[in-house]
Amino acid sequence: MSEARSEASVGNAATFDTHPGADAGVTPESPLQWSRVQGRVTEEGGAAEQIRVIERPFLGHLVLRGGAITLDEAVRAELGVSLPGKPLGLVLDAEGSRSVQWVSPDEWLVIVPAGEEFELENRLRARLGDAHFAIVNVGGGQTLLELSGEKARELLMKSVTYDVHEHGLPVGKAVGTVFAKTSVVLRRPSEERFELVVRRSFADYCVRWLRDAGREYGLRVESASP
Amino acid sequence: MTQSNRLNQGGRIDRSRRLSFTFNGQQYTGFAGDTLASALLANGVDIVNRSFKYSRPRGITAAGPEEPNAIVQLGASEAAQVPNVRATQQALYDGLVARGTNGWPNVQRDVMSWVGKLGGSFMPPGFYYKTFMAPASMWMTYEKFIRKGAGLGRAPTEADPDIYDHFNQHCDVLVIGAGPAGLAAALSAARAGARVILCDEQEEMGGSLLDSRESIDGAPASAWAEQVVAELGGLANVTLLPRTTANGYHDHNFVTLHERRTEHLADTAAGAGREGEVRARLHRVRAGRVVLASGSHERPLVYANNDVPGNLVAGAVSVYIRRYGVVPGQRLVLSTNNDHAYRAALDWQEAGREVVAVVDSRAKPDGDLVKQARDAGIRVITGSAVMEATGSQRVSGAKVVAIDTERFVVTGKVETLECDTIASSGGYSPVVHLASHTGKRPQWRDDLLGFVPGEVKGMHVAGGAHGVYALGETLTDGADVGAEAARAAGFEEAAAIAVPEVAVRQESPTSALYQIPHEKPPLRAPKQFVDLQNDVTAAAVELATREGFESIEHVKRYTALGFGTDQGKLGNINGMAIAARCLNRSIPEVGTTVFRPNYTPVSFGAIVGRHCRDLFDPERYTALHQWHVENGAEFEDVGQWKRPWYFPRRVNGKRETMHEAVARECLAVRRGVGILDASTLGKIDIQGPDAREFLGRVYTNKWAKLAPGRVRYGLMCKDDGMLMDDGTTSCLAENHFLMTTTTGGAAGVLEWLELWHQTEWPELQVYFNSVTDHWATMTVTGPDARKLMSEVTDIDLDREQFKFMDWKEGKVAGVPARVFRISFTGELAFEINVQANYAMHVWKALFAHGEKYDLTPYGTETMHVLRAEKGLIIAGQDTDGSVTPEDLGMHWAVGYDKPFSWIGQRALTRPDTAREDRKQLVGLKPKDPKVVLEEGAQIVLDPEQKIPMTMMGHVTSSYYSPVLESGFALAVLKGGRNRMGETVYLPMSDGSVHQAEVVSTVFIDPKGERQNV
Amino acid sequence: MFHIFCPYCQEYREEEEFHPSGQAHLIRPADPASVSDEEWGDYLFFRDNPRGIHHEMWVHRLGCRKFFNITRDTATYEILETYRMGEQPSITAANAEVRREQGVQTADGGWQTVGAQPENSRLNEETPS
Repeated sequence: MSEARSEASVGNAATFDTHPGADAGVTPESPLQWSRVQGRVTEEGGAAEQIRVIERPFLGHLVLRGGAITLDEAVRAELGVSLPGKPLGLVLDAEGSRSVQWVSPDEWLVIVPAGEEFELENRLRARLGDAHFAIVNVGGGQTLLELSGEKARELLMKSVTYDVHEHGLPVGKAVGTVFAKTSVVLRRPSEERFELVVRRSFADYCVRWLRDAGREYGLRVESASP
Repeated sequence: MTQSNRLNQGGRIDRSRRLSFTFNGQQYTGFAGDTLASALLANGVDIVNRSFKYSRPRGITAAGPEEPNAIVQLGASEAAQVPNVRATQQALYDGLVARGTNGWPNVQRDVMSWVGKLGGSFMPPGFYYKTFMAPASMWMTYEKFIRKGAGLGRAPTEADPDIYDHFNQHCDVLVIGAGPAGLAAALSAARAGARVILCDEQEEMGGSLLDSRESIDGAPASAWAEQVVAELGGLANVTLLPRTTANGYHDHNFVTLHERRTEHLADTAAGAGREGEVRARLHRVRAGRVVLASGSHERPLVYANNDVPGNLVAGAVSVYIRRYGVVPGQRLVLSTNNDHAYRAALDWQEAGREVVAVVDSRAKPDGDLVKQARDAGIRVITGSAVMEATGSQRVSGAKVVAIDTERFVVTGKVETLECDTIASSGGYSPVVHLASHTGKRPQWRDDLLGFVPGEVKGMHVAGGAHGVYALGETLTDGADVGAEAARAAGFEEAAAIAVPEVAVRQESPTSALYQIPHEKPPLRAPKQFVDLQNDVTAAAVELATREGFESIEHVKRYTALGFGTDQGKLGNINGMAIAARCLNRSIPEVGTTVFRPNYTPVSFGAIVGRHCRDLFDPERYTALHQWHVENGAEFEDVGQWKRPWYFPRRVNGKRETMHEAVARECLAVRRGVGILDASTLGKIDIQGPDAREFLGRVYTNKWAKLAPGRVRYGLMCKDDGMLMDDGTTSCLAENHFLMTTTTGGAAGVLEWLELWHQTEWPELQVYFNSVTDHWATMTVTGPDARKLMSEVTDIDLDREQFKFMDWKEGKVAGVPARVFRISFTGELAFEINVQANYAMHVWKALFAHGEKYDLTPYGTETMHVLRAEKGLIIAGQDTDGSVTPEDLGMHWAVGYDKPFSWIGQRALTRPDTAREDRKQLVGLKPKDPKVVLEEGAQIVLDPEQKIPMTMMGHVTSSYYSPVLESGFALAVLKGGRNRMGETVYLPMSDGSVHQAEVVSTVFIDPKGERQNV
Repeated sequence: MFHIFCPYCQEYREEEEFHPSGQAHLIRPADPASVSDEEWGDYLFFRDNPRGIHHEMWVHRLGCRKFFNITRDTATYEILETYRMGEQPSITAANAEVRREQGVQTADGGWQTVGAQPENSRLNEETPS
């Protein structure tokens, strides 16, 4: 039966580049595709509202599992940022486009620009060698929503049970928490904005919720081009 | 109607803004700043309701949430109806429409009033239990009549046009109540930098300061309140919530606040010109510290006919005069046991109306207010009380008598004073409701003659809520407690604010007085009401104690004391005092009932918030949802997922029925090729050197030798040996597996794996991660599946190269994919996994190529039929947590000789799980092929047996098979495997009995040749 | 509604993020085959239900997905401590009374002993960026 073995297996784990490549002529659909068809999401831009929600689709999302000591050096070498040293930490690279987030004592979420994730996974695997770790590509299963605007905090208070005040969620913090009747990852990458990482299958529900809860302030949901 | 009781000046109302409103069909006018109650009193409306049980006329008694009588039904339109609104808490707005809740057909002439006139003997306590309990079958009929008579308000029959929401709040210090103590506490905490929320149920913050006769720093007390509210309002760390009731106090300082945002303006948000805004909001507050500054309720005295309109609580009289410029009568008699109530008489006299007398139960009252009253020429009758009110529609007089409170007897001659208003005060009860929501019992304080809140962790009490009543002391207490709360919340430097100066008043002590003795024995005297809302009398409490109800909890339930929306605000202490007297015990010995949320009624809308209509529950969509909708799918809810159920087509201009569509879809898969969106299946990525070992421990079968590239079906049990979930797991690489679970089991299985890893076997090196949403899964199945697949993939599909239970990697329609040769239909099948963002492209490409094969999309119903024809179970449908792998006949998937005692193995040899006659999975073939047995139908062996029949099992799955041209079913049947060929019976609720033959669970292709081609 | 200190996330979270998972410190017999049916039945089906101090397992389901233990008073609903899997409780029914008599603080400022100081502000300062 060993002849059926996947060619793409690297070491003891199978890696897999999920992307067809730019020349394949395949158009991806983000988790908000249905919301867009329903008119709940517009293209980026347009009149200013008190709250803006912008989807950043097709980013590379990797889950890293392993001990902090094991992973830290590899992440620093390959990504240029340290693993957050404390629970609930969120660190970004100088450009602000690559981030590492503490999820649990042995779990981190790495988000990188679209298309970088497969190569990053391979580089990390090569560097980590025989150590006990896991890397899981979850990019198709979740999407990132940015929230900004003066009423963004109020909108979140209607939506999540977590304390979104400066004291509870300062810049550089990220938590998994309750959002309406589902869960999200809530991040505070900068003063100006919050981020929600939502699961694909719940994405439309989250958008419908945000639109409903944000109506009194004025809210627009946009999707950025990849 | 004119506002005959309105003063020309004074009060906190705006006389330049006239508002018109309708009460019980009659039009009135009031002013901006009025409550419905103050406006009704201004218009001289005496009767606002009929009482709950005796249907006696009732008037406004209090001025706050404790009001027991003026309970109204609000709303101009059907959709805007709100029941159980206290007129004392409802701000007046232009166009307000309300009517008394009770009173059928109207409050003035009530057809139920004969019930009351016949006297108490007709409806003693326990009346409903005693009279209407038998026969039990009639209770529903009685209840309907009683409820209608009782009139508990009614829900609207049309949908609520308004929206509501929730706000999750976090703060360092939550201050409940914005009276003197609350304001001082909030200011202390806020100035220390704490995040403060200050809530108050009234239209305007300030509490008792708004009707106080006293001065703060030489200015009216209300001015200080305004100044503090203004300062707090300007602080970024303070949230002010007026019109917001703290309605529930839950564990660990979680408090819910019910904020009414438009109800003071109109009966709908749209009516208030606030279309799209929320009408009410529930703040879910997690507070570091809670300052309970909820103040106190004045207790009325219990005397005969104390419910006749014109009987008010003394403090309410002052509130109406000083806040609303309304004097609710002409001639006042005040009955009191304390000094503070004297202000009602002083306010009354200053308003230019006559004070007939103050009747004081104390022998020698001599406090400052008493002196002031005497100096003003008011007659003070000491050692006495009002024993009885006269009048029926309105008070006409007060029978006053000297009393001996120790011996509970009258001692002198009765004097009748002519008056139209009796104000009474029996002292003050701290509002302990919220503190007791947490289960902490209030504590009796003899010095206060009242209960104070029990100790609640994280709660600080300030002011009247723990019996600090004098204004100066209240301010100091509030300031100190606010600072203390801030320090406890981590603001170590917090200090009490400097408290302004308040003149100290000399008060003579309050005497303990609750019920006034009558010249007649209690059971013969006119009714003395304890709980006006629930029509509970002193005699009823006494009767309850005589009938043996000694526990106050039992007295409460027997008499209805403190029931419902009232929650004992006015009556509880009086009721307990009466019970204590009858039982010859002290009040603390009798104890108190505790209160439950909500403090005052909360609209369902606010509780529900946004979780309604299309946001009632999340809907989960697969990446292919748009295609399903556009292709006419009917959807089935599977957990929160919306899954296509079947895809009806139009045939000859008619839309297929479900039966027709499913039959067509089934035949397409058996004869051509079909496609299923299987993306909802749970998928778990498992990596690590011990992954294989772990699988061997959580699955019943063996995993040691599964090679990369191969797939295996596994059963997962709990440690009791019962099946919990099933699915296939593929070996992706030596230390890397992909597990699938049932759609409903996805989250549970992942947590189950984590549970065992984290708690039992942390030494195993393995990680689990959900990839359910990452992969979209499409099942291409049927005899033509290979032909179709070969057109879209570079994978070698040769049956020798790509065997059944193999998986391979390649491209499908140009997209990288993992393809699994597994089958849930019994036909040749390829399960394609692609990253979900590319799923639609692949799906459409399959259809583009599949047209010539009539590629047929099928839904969950067809999937169920196809798998059941093959005897393939669905965990959770054919199993229910009491079914072992052996019961399912799946011993082939059980590795008894594995080295580790896997989860569930040990339990399979327990005597009960090893029984021969356990319910076992079998097939059932109805004798009549047209019959589709009901799922859940019970199986019996002897259809003639009398009820209760011996039930042998039940049908778990049942469908019509277009291939078999017959109904067929899976069932669990006691000793089923030894009953092959036997006939069993299924009695139905309509009396018919179906017959079925016990057969194998596999109805089609028993050797499994069709999937292995 | 409980406010629970997650010993992994190192801060208090709302109860909605958690899920109770039954009695803590159950020991699965190391060699199930060697225990009697009765012993196995005890392990499977019998649980403590004390009025007072109880140790129970919870999982931070919507947060870090880690299981941990709680010492809770079932009569007052007070959570006395939370501790990680593999650790032992410092407060038990046996020692609670003694600790109370000795004036040992079981909760300081907040509700639960373990890591009761809020970490948020410090966390932010120490997070490398």
